[in-house]
Amino acid sequence: MLIVVGGARSGYGPESEIRTAGDRHSPIRTASSHGRRNAAKPILDVRSAPEIGHLECPDMTAEHQHAPIGRGDGAAISLQGVFKRYGSIVAVNGLELEVAPGVCFCLLGPNGAGKSTTMRMLTAQALADEGRIRVLGYELPRESKQSRLEMGVVPQLDNLDVELTCRQILMVFARLYRVARGERAAAVQRALELANLTARADTIVRELSGGMRRRLLVGRGLIHQPRLVLLDEPTVGLDPQVRQELWSLIDALRASGVTVLMSTHYIEEAERLADVVAVMSAGKIVAQGTPQELVRAHAGEQVLEVYGPPAQLAQASEIVARNGWQSRRSGPALAIMRAESLNGEAPQGVRRPANLEDAFVALTGEEIE
Amino acid sequence: MSAQAPAPVGGARRVGRLEPAALAGVMSRDVVIFKRYWKATTFSSVVQPTIYLLAFGLGFGTLLKQIDHVKTIEYIATGTVATAVLFSSAFPGMFNTFIRWQFQRTYDAMLAAPVDVEELITAEVLWISLRAGVYGLAPLVVGLAFGLQPNAGMLLVPFIGFLTGFGFAAFGVAIAAVAKTIDNFNYVTSAVLTPMFLVAGTFFPISTLPAGLRTIAQINPLYHCVQLVRDASLGALGTADLGHAAVLLAFAVIMWRIAIWQLGKRLID
Repeated sequence: MLIVVGGARSGYGPESEIRTAGDRHSPIRTASSHGRRNAAKPILDVRSAPEIGHLECPDMTAEHQHAPIGRGDGAAISLQGVFKRYGSIVAVNGLELEVAPGVCFCLLGPNGAGKSTTMRMLTAQALADEGRIRVLGYELPRESKQSRLEMGVVPQLDNLDVELTCRQILMVFARLYRVARGERAAAVQRALELANLTARADTIVRELSGGMRRRLLVGRGLIHQPRLVLLDEPTVGLDPQVRQELWSLIDALRASGVTVLMSTHYIEEAERLADVVAVMSAGKIVAQGTPQELVRAHAGEQVLEVYGPPAQLAQASEIVARNGWQSRRSGPALAIMRAESLNGEAPQGVRRPANLEDAFVALTGEEIE
Repeated sequence: MSAQAPAPVGGARRVGRLEPAALAGVMSRDVVIFKRYWKATTFSSVVQPTIYLLAFGLGFGTLLKQIDHVKTIEYIATGTVATAVLFSSAFPGMFNTFIRWQFQRTYDAMLAAPVDVEELITAEVLWISLRAGVYGLAPLVVGLAFGLQPNAGMLLVPFIGFLTGFGFAAFGVAIAAVAKTIDNFNYVTSAVLTPMFLVAGTFFPISTLPAGLRTIAQINPLYHCVQLVRDASLGALGTADLGHAAVLLAFAVIMWRIAIWQLGKRLID
């Protein structure tokens, strides 16, 4: 189930075996399943590589991955009653969020749901109007700088220095993240390998492709081997192949025990990577659980898709309305949720297993692009 | 983990305010950029004052032996130092800040790292003013070739340039923070910087100005820079120069805080 990343190498190399399609869907992945996963030798052990462990605590080895991280114990990230307003727009509206250490947590929501604002608040680049935010046990915004030292950020918008080479950018950020002088070169090398950019180390960023730049952003965010990584829409605008590469990278990170908080509006991304998905809409969490739990709870087990000319669909809609069934338009079809419990009135159609998209639409009322 | 003291609270190290490591990190980026573009930057910073020096120094020099009891070449060369400092600090302050903040989003990236707004701006201003201190020497070096007498006091000029440059770099950052577009800088250049560099005793004494303008000149920080540079370079430092230095220091500190306040408001929402 793990992504096998380049044998003994700690990087994510061109020879990486990328398995993403079928095997990612099978078992339910929960926070507790991480223990088992981590018990296997992590392939990309971001924490325990001793030669670059500048931020290491003595107990940050594989067998202590469930030790409290940051200060205090409990959640890696915790938001309570958080509001953020821009003028009359309420971007974040009483957000309650708790991310347990070691999980890959995905904020899934349509554009404008408040995901990016939430991400910015976690680095204190946006300040909450109300509520309490703790990251790695530090109280924000007061102790934000301390928490930023221990976490990595991959922004949605490319903010790389276009005039610098990959190596130069990584070196600057190694300094910013206080990587000790003697360890910087190794940290840069490691990040280059992770981003699969070793061959492009001395290329100016302006000359890199979009996918390479995105990988460099990830490498930059991981230069100091953080225990928590924030990824804001990591694959937005990328072609499918690059997206797969990034997914492998994120999966390898998670496998190594790093806490990942990712925002996305791609259902597939959440479904494949997340241990826990929180569906965000209009500035708050409307549902949370494993992908399977969300599907079960909000779309049932099966969906009945009814195809046909408009008149037939209108008739079907009428039946749906009369029975109070949950439905949505899905392309040319009318999709009826919880098909397993429909009565004899149900129209003719094709039954398929319910998926996260069904649950997402049921929760947010928004169709997916 | 055997029996031992509990794990360090919150990681191995604590962070504080205005940390040297953060300043060095931000400045390391400036150094990398400078290494790439030092020729162009140095060219404009050296050639521009040289042109002033040649135009005013040689031009006026044939007409006037002295300005304000000082040999014309000495007057113009020392005045041009202030011009060089002004331009090599206020312009990068405005343009670099605006470009890195608005176009390249470099500051957004850095603020996600353990660097705060105060450190970011301080480091940028420090770097610009260090450069301005060095570039301020260029007119003196050129002046030496045209008959300026070397003086030990000239060794103070980079420090004066640094102090002045700090204030004007921070002024540039503050302007960048409030500018709507990069074109807005034209207003500042025409309406503030150009008059400022003329009405500062750079090329003619402020005593020739009408009373109102003279008062304005005296609150112009560049005037105090000019006086300080002139007195230092000509071996004429006196107690009045403590006052000039105090004005420059106050200007630097006030502009520094304004820059942090104004850009901080916009970088953190």
